[in-house]
Amino acid sequence: MSPRIEVVAIDSLMVRLFDVIDEANMPWILAASQRLRAAFGAGLVDLVPSYTTLMVQFEQAPAQARALIGQALEGLRPGAGNAGRRHEIPVWYHASVGPELPVLAARGGLSEAEVIRLHSEREYPVFALGFAPGFGFMGLVDERLATPRLSTPRKRVAAGSVGIAERQTAAYPAVSPGGWNLIGRTPVRLFDHARDGYSLLQPGDRVRFVAVSHDEFMALGGDDSPLEVQA
Amino acid sequence: MNRLTIEAGTALCQLQDAGRFGVRHLGVTQGGALDWVAMHWANWLLGNALAAPVVEVTLGGFTVVAGQDCTLALTGADLDAHLDEQPVRPWRSFRLGKGQRLSVRQPRQGARAYLAAPGGFQAQAVLGSCATVVREALGGIDGRGTTLARGQELLFAGGSPALREVPQRLRPEYREKPVLDLVMGAQIGAFSGTSLFEVFNRDWTLDSRSDRMGMRLLGPQLVYQGAPMISEGIALGAVQVPPDGQPIVLLNDRQTIGGYPRLGALTPLALAQLAQCLPGAVVRFRAVVQDQAWREQQAYLGRWA
Repeated sequence: MSPRIEVVAIDSLMVRLFDVIDEANMPWILAASQRLRAAFGAGLVDLVPSYTTLMVQFEQAPAQARALIGQALEGLRPGAGNAGRRHEIPVWYHASVGPELPVLAARGGLSEAEVIRLHSEREYPVFALGFAPGFGFMGLVDERLATPRLSTPRKRVAAGSVGIAERQTAAYPAVSPGGWNLIGRTPVRLFDHARDGYSLLQPGDRVRFVAVSHDEFMALGGDDSPLEVQA
Repeated sequence: MNRLTIEAGTALCQLQDAGRFGVRHLGVTQGGALDWVAMHWANWLLGNALAAPVVEVTLGGFTVVAGQDCTLALTGADLDAHLDEQPVRPWRSFRLGKGQRLSVRQPRQGARAYLAAPGGFQAQAVLGSCATVVREALGGIDGRGTTLARGQELLFAGGSPALREVPQRLRPEYREKPVLDLVMGAQIGAFSGTSLFEVFNRDWTLDSRSDRMGMRLLGPQLVYQGAPMISEGIALGAVQVPPDGQPIVLLNDRQTIGGYPRLGALTPLALAQLAQCLPGAVVRFRAVVQDQAWREQQAYLGRWA
C-alpha cells in the first residue's frame, strides 16, 4: 500500500489509495482517516473520504501537510473487521412509494418479491456521503438489480425514498430532486442537525435494509403519501 | 438588542459567515460568503471578528429600516446603496438613525455587497455556522436556510464604534477582465495539449447559469483524455470540466463529492474576484503552483493581523 498524494487546491491534497471501487477498500480508508485525524490534529479543516480517496484540507503549509500524510500512512494496515457501525434500515417496498419496483422486476425478469429479497439480503458498506447531508452511497447491489439512473431526474423525491443507480443504493434524507430508481421508503430519519453526529450513516458503516409491512412502516412514523403531495 | 427590519429582500440576500467545517464527510457543504475579502473588511470596519455573520446582498433589492440609532458597515460591490435618499459609498462604516432606511439597489460595479453590524448579526449557529444554505435547509436567521425577506428582523448587539473606511490602497480592485490564479491539480495533465493552451490563453465568459454552487464559463471546448473518474472530494474553487468541455468553478455551496475531471482549483483571492463578476464578464486563468499560492495567501492575510 503506497498511496499517491496529489494537489487539489491551495490548502488540500488528495490521498489516492485505490483505483477501483471495491468493498475491501473501506477498512483501509477508515484506518487512513483515523491516522490522518491524529496526525493533523487541530490543523485539520476537513477530511472527505470517498470510494478510493481521502481529501485532506488543512491549515498547515502544503509541504508540511504532504510530509504529515506520508508519515501518518507509513505501514498502514486495514481497520479491524468491526470498524464502522452496523445499521438495519426498515423499508416499506411498494410501488406507491417506489414507482420503479415493478420496472426493476420486469427489467431483470424477476418478481417484485425477488427484487425485495435481493436488495435486502446483502449488507452494504457506506462508501461515501455526498449529494446531500446524510446521503450515503452504498453498494454493490446484485447485478440483476443494476439499473441506470432515470433519463430525466424527478424534480421532487420524497424524504426516505430508497433507490438504486447502477450497482449503488441509497436513501434520500430529505425531499430533493433525484434520478435514482425508487423501490421503497424508509421511516428512518437519516439526517438531523439536532442529533449527536448529525448523520445516521458515516463512511465505512454497514447497512442492511429490512423489509417491513405498511403497518410497521406507519407505526415507525413513516409517511406513505405519494411523492407529489408530500410536504 | 438592536434591530433592523427588512422591508425588501430577495433569495440572493442571505446571512453568511465563513461557512461550515469538519462536516464535509457527512455530505454537508461549506456555504459562506462568496467574497470573503469583502466580508473581512466589513467586519474589520466595526472591530468584529473577521468572519462574524454578515448579510450578503447579490445584485441589490435589499432594504432595511433601523429600529434605533446604529452603526453599520458596507463593503464589496457598489450596489447603488442609499441612506434614505443620500448615496452611501461602500468600504466604510456609517451611522443609520432610528427610522432611517438603508437600500441596496442595483449593480453599479461588482455583484455582491456585504453589510455588517457591531458584534455581527445574531442567529443560532447550525453545525458551527450561520451560513445560509437553501438547498440543505441549514443556517440563516431561523437555522433552516431561509433567505432574507420582507418582515424579518436582523438582530445585533449594537455599540457605536468610531467611523472609518478601508484605505484606498488596500481595497480590492474590481477589474474589467480579472486574471484568476488557478492552482494546477493532478488531473491537469490528462487534458489535451490544445486544451491546456486554451485554458490559460483564451478568454472565458461567465455564463448566466451560475449560482452559489458553481459558475459556468463559456469558451473553447476542453478535451479530457484520461480515464473516467470515480467520485471524490471537491475542494472550494475546483474547476471541473464535464463532458461538454465547458468548465465550472465550484463555489461555497458545491456538492461535497463529484466525478468530473478537474483542472485544479482557484485560489481564495481569485474566488473573491470571481464573486464580483456578473454574467457576461470575461476572465482569464493564470497557472500557479500550490506552495507559492499558499505563501501569497498567508502574506495577504497579514493585512488584518
